Amino acid sequence: MSVTGRQEERILEIIETARSKRGKFRAERVDMSHGAGGKATQSMIEGLFEPAFGSQTGEDAAALEIGGASLAFTTDSFVVKPLRFPGGSIGDLAVNGTVNDLAVSGARPRALTLSLILEEGLAADDLKAEVDAIAAAAEAAEVDIVGGDTKVVERGAADGMYICTAGVGERDPRARTSADSIRPSDRILLSGTIGEHGTAIMLARGEFELDADITSDTRSLWPVADALLEEAGPSLHCMRDATRGGVASVLNELARSSQVAMLVREAAVPVEPAVAGASEILGIDPMYVANEGKLVAFVAEDAADSALAALRSVPGCERAAEIGEVRTEPPGMVLVETSFGGKRVMDQLVGDPLPRIC
Amino acid sequence: MRYVDEFRDPELGRVLATEILAAVEPGRHYKFMEVCGGHTHSIYKYGVDDLLPENVELVHGPGCPVCVIPMGRVDDGIAIARQAGVIFTCFGDMMRVPGSAGSLLEAKAEGADIRMVYSPLDALRIAKQNPDREVVFFAIGFETTAPSTALTLKRAKAEGVANFSCMCSHVTIVPPLRALLDSPDLRLDGFVGPGHVSTVVGARPFEFIPADYGKPIVVAGFEPLDILQAIRMILAQLAEGRCEVENQYSRVVPYEGNPRALEVMAEVFELRPHFEWRGLGFISQSGLKLSDAYADLDAELRFSVPGVRVADPKACQCGEVLKGVIKPWECKVFGTACTPERPIGTCMVSSEGACAAYYNFGRFAREREVV
Repeated sequence: MSVTGRQEERILEIIETARSKRGKFRAERVDMSHGAGGKATQSMIEGLFEPAFGSQTGEDAAALEIGGASLAFTTDSFVVKPLRFPGGSIGDLAVNGTVNDLAVSGARPRALTLSLILEEGLAADDLKAEVDAIAAAAEAAEVDIVGGDTKVVERGAADGMYICTAGVGERDPRARTSADSIRPSDRILLSGTIGEHGTAIMLARGEFELDADITSDTRSLWPVADALLEEAGPSLHCMRDATRGGVASVLNELARSSQVAMLVREAAVPVEPAVAGASEILGIDPMYVANEGKLVAFVAEDAADSALAALRSVPGCERAAEIGEVRTEPPGMVLVETSFGGKRVMDQLVGDPLPRIC
Repeated sequence: MRYVDEFRDPELGRVLATEILAAVEPGRHYKFMEVCGGHTHSIYKYGVDDLLPENVELVHGPGCPVCVIPMGRVDDGIAIARQAGVIFTCFGDMMRVPGSAGSLLEAKAEGADIRMVYSPLDALRIAKQNPDREVVFFAIGFETTAPSTALTLKRAKAEGVANFSCMCSHVTIVPPLRALLDSPDLRLDGFVGPGHVSTVVGARPFEFIPADYGKPIVVAGFEPLDILQAIRMILAQLAEGRCEVENQYSRVVPYEGNPRALEVMAEVFELRPHFEWRGLGFISQSGLKLSDAYADLDAELRFSVPGVRVADPKACQCGEVLKGVIKPWECKVFGTACTPERPIGTCMVSSEGACAAYYNFGRFAREREVV
């Protein structure tokens, strides 16, 4: 190997080592990128929260054994702007977001608590509309709202309303899912078209003078998880909902934590033409755009076809697809075979393309 | 998407890749510079370099408008943004570019009202919505974006929007290319010419490249087939001993450019005697400022700015990278002190920057096999 070849190799090894190291939280102040779900968020979790609270599992919900009951527990907060958008509202997200964290952890969602932070001056009609939306979403997801809290802050100290929900679910005996169960040769399934939620929010903000018929995909994913658990059982290795940061961020997080490579075939990823068009104009890759009702599932190779068929039989998942597979090399990396035929890395986000989408 | 997908046809891509393979001389190493950051982005987005033979190397040029902004100008922008009553607006990529004491993103976290816009007209709209605030637009970019800034300034003047002003950091494409071609350590065989800039200036301004420097240039579009075809056209020039300006992007680029855009630019802007480029130093007549007729909308005159020249960080070799003299990984701080999360040089900031692209994609570009 030439001298420059060796030097390049050494530099690339330094990069690989730096990438595989735990993140350090070195920012002097919190900026918007810490909430974007990409590298800055990761540095905050690994460099600040985990040292303080103990290492976490990296799952979407915590598994608890209490008095012989096997439970899943999670929490989420919602700051979306605007409060209402085509296809849903902050109330829908507050229910479905927490329900989906439980569902993809292999737990049947049972109960939620609800905390509201309201800005002085919020119109009562807006509050009523969100309370109705929360009740309707909870009924659709078959969960009970069992408790809550309300705080009001001065005008300007919040933007209309923020919602925090916490949820508990019953872990499903069929579920053997975890990030550690992902194996090379696993197939990657996606439950439907991507990018609708983020795009709908972007257009609803009216910053682009673009008009397109795109609605948020917010929904409960329990029926989807249920169908996969029923069909694939132990062959279903892991599920994740592809929210903030989109499918690309979920795959990167899992590739890194499971030290496997993933290969995605871009042409196989279903995207609505309106979303593809808006992304094209705005220069955004739909793989990084948020969803609120789509999951990514890792299924053993021999069970992938039947799992995909089961997935497609769930109402709303007709366009589910196998989008790629798990490989061994290079570990921690997600690669895309572009529709044009070249290959490239699909990295984690560094900046924040679109804040406050959920 | 009609009229887009046709230019991303993988079958035609394979045909072109085969033709390129047939057109290269096996023992020869080809080094082509794609001038425009938009090309760099497309090359990575579609994996175009993955389809090229080993001996065809693409060098990323100085055409990323974010990457060429020097630290001193970022500092000036932050100084304006921190003044009471100011709403400072800029394109998203600009937010993370490091100044000597932090970026606009950090200044925003410290309380400055800095907002990301997609168009200068958005900034003007913000000004009209906030008549009691001073709204400043940080204008960057080559001749590609300069006409939209010019039109916005014309509108602001016509509508009498007194609280709007512009910090003009627009640059022109020909002077840095000439500066690059004059540098003795440059080794290039040809250029993929900047398509977006050429929609405004045309292809004619690049005639000096073959005439004075003996290098072929093919102005190219931004779809993957455009780029492959441009490379094949450069190879054909080299094989046939020709050396000229060719226009692959004739569906968009008129050879003479867009006279109306050039006219409005000439009305609103005038050349600065010098402008500093990150990594390339001062290049004469390479930057634009507002003309006397528009001086009342010039943020640099309206606000006091430090205007201090800040030397590029010593360790940073963005300049050599921009010249294509060294590969990103040959820079002393690449991947160690300078990473996309904590960039020292601007090449590491923008997704169009050569270093960020190499950091993210380089490993795989070398090791093509996925197991």
